[in-house]
Amino acid sequence: MPEPMGFYTDTTVCIGCKACEVACKEWNQLPATNGGRSKLSGDSYDNTRRLDGIHWRHVKFIEQFDAERRQGRWLMMSDVCKHCVRAGCLEVCPTGAIIRTEFDTVVIQSDVCNGCRDCIGACPFGVIDINPVSGTAQKCTLCYDRMRAGMTPACAQACPTASINFGPIRELKQKAQARVEQLHGRGERGAYLYGADEKMLGGLNSFYLLVDKPEVYGLPPDPKMPTRNLKRGSLWSALGAVVVGVVGLISLRSRRDVNV
Amino acid sequence: MSSTFFTEPPHWRWLIILYFFIGGLAGGCYFLASMIDLVGRPTDRPLARLGYLIAFPAVVVCGILLIADLGRPERFWHMLLQSATWRPMLKTYSPMSFGAWGLLVFSAFAFLSFLGALGEDERRHRFSFLRPPSVIGTIVSALGGLAGFFLASYTGVLLAVTNRPIWSDTTLLGAVFLVSSASTSIALLMLLGSRRVFLVGGLRALARFDTFVLVLELITLVALVVSLGSLARVWLSAWGALLLLGVVGIGIIVPLILEVRAHSPLSASARAAAVLVLVGGFLLRVVIVLSSEAI
Ligand code: SF4
Ligand code: SF4
Repeated sequence: MPEPMGFYTDTTVCIGCKACEVACKEWNQLPATNGGRSKLSGDSYDNTRRLDGIHWRHVKFIEQFDAERRQGRWLMMSDVCKHCVRAGCLEVCPTGAIIRTEFDTVVIQSDVCNGCRDCIGACPFGVIDINPVSGTAQKCTLCYDRMRAGMTPACAQACPTASINFGPIRELKQKAQARVEQLHGRGERGAYLYGADEKMLGGLNSFYLLVDKPEVYGLPPDPKMPTRNLKRGSLWSALGAVVVGVVGLISLRSRRDVNV
Repeated sequence: MSSTFFTEPPHWRWLIILYFFIGGLAGGCYFLASMIDLVGRPTDRPLARLGYLIAFPAVVVCGILLIADLGRPERFWHMLLQSATWRPMLKTYSPMSFGAWGLLVFSAFAFLSFLGALGEDERRHRFSFLRPPSVIGTIVSALGGLAGFFLASYTGVLLAVTNRPIWSDTTLLGAVFLVSSASTSIALLMLLGSRRVFLVGGLRALARFDTFVLVLELITLVALVVSLGSLARVWLSAWGALLLLGVVGIGIIVPLILEVRAHSPLSASARAAAVLVLVGGFLLRVVIVLSSEAI
């Protein structure tokens, strides 16, 4: 069994070139939006806007400027499926289409998925959506096909600044930790790792180095598993059923109007 | 901000809203019918029959809606069988998976009771053994009634077992849907039964039941809003207005007033109340589903 593999993305060196986005689309033969007649977003240099069934990588541009646009900075972050160790999408999928691979990554088998879309709402990161061509839910496979052949995923291969690092999780964590310390040493006190430890969904096999709050990057501060609500939801429903049942039995039983 | 606001909507729209509504009626009409059959008076049997006659066709419609909503309808059976091995596909902890089986089981009971209810007028007919008071009929009705309760509520749990705003920010949606299916199903039976004078006794009991259930629905809705805490501000919008005016006003308060005033369950105002309850139950599902989808 190979060891868990994944991505460590250092957002501080991302330059927003979107080479990863393009490489991903090329390798996975993902279609263009709206047959290539895509609209410009109009309020950002980013026109992809979000991950979905035909965008498995998305470089987010976070434009932090003051009102006069004198002071400011760009935060760039190449977003992708987090390949959660405890994955909400995998948990709810009723067809068994979503599986965990030998590399500890999460993959949707497109020939099994029937497009029920439960996984879309279950993913805490809004990663999955329907690919209109296949009619099934799709997302990053961490290039399962390439990995099987011992190759680096297309995005990491294409990244010119080594913002996207691919490798065994164990090594990536060491590398990331060293980088955080280096940044702290240089005065960037805000640098920290998002999803590198087990507290977040058992660990994200695609984790990030960030320099601002997760919300700023459009990442949930406290992602959770969908089944956290299962027990309570079922208990309240059962209680509702008991109350309705008892009220019903009493109403149907105790009748004054026998002879009407 | 709740972490649920960083997720994407699953595009569950009108087909799913319709399913939630009609599924609620199917489950609700069945459990009402089984309660009437099991504890009601013999004179109420036609009302129970009506419930069974609604439940099965309604659940067939549900199946069609659900299959039509899939991205790949021809693969609907992947919910029940693993497509590679043909072994059963069941995850007890996924409401979508468990619910697919629940729907199947309910459909089986609904079918049997439908057969049992077909020829009521001829007293004894080929399938009358499928309805109480026969032993088999009693077992079918009791188990089917439980499955009906399940069908009426699991959809709310299914919404809760996601990471979407509102849906997964409360655990009360299952209970809310269940109570609402009870009120809408009572309303439907009252409406369809209201032309038959000889059912007046049973209808009066149903009307009393409905009053209790509507009050219960009001309480669960208030509890729902409270359980959302500060997130309820999402409903400081057109959705909230629809919830307040449509679901609570038109669907609960006005019918309650009409029911209290109605001198007979056969009267026009009782019928109007029933129609409004049905409208309110539908709007409830519209608000719950679409107000989260819009985020
Ligand atoms: S990020 Fe979302 S899609 Fe990716 S494994 Fe986690 S839950 Fe699944
Ligand atoms: S859409 Fe496909 S992958 Fe997602 S939960 Fe449904 S069957 Fe599974």
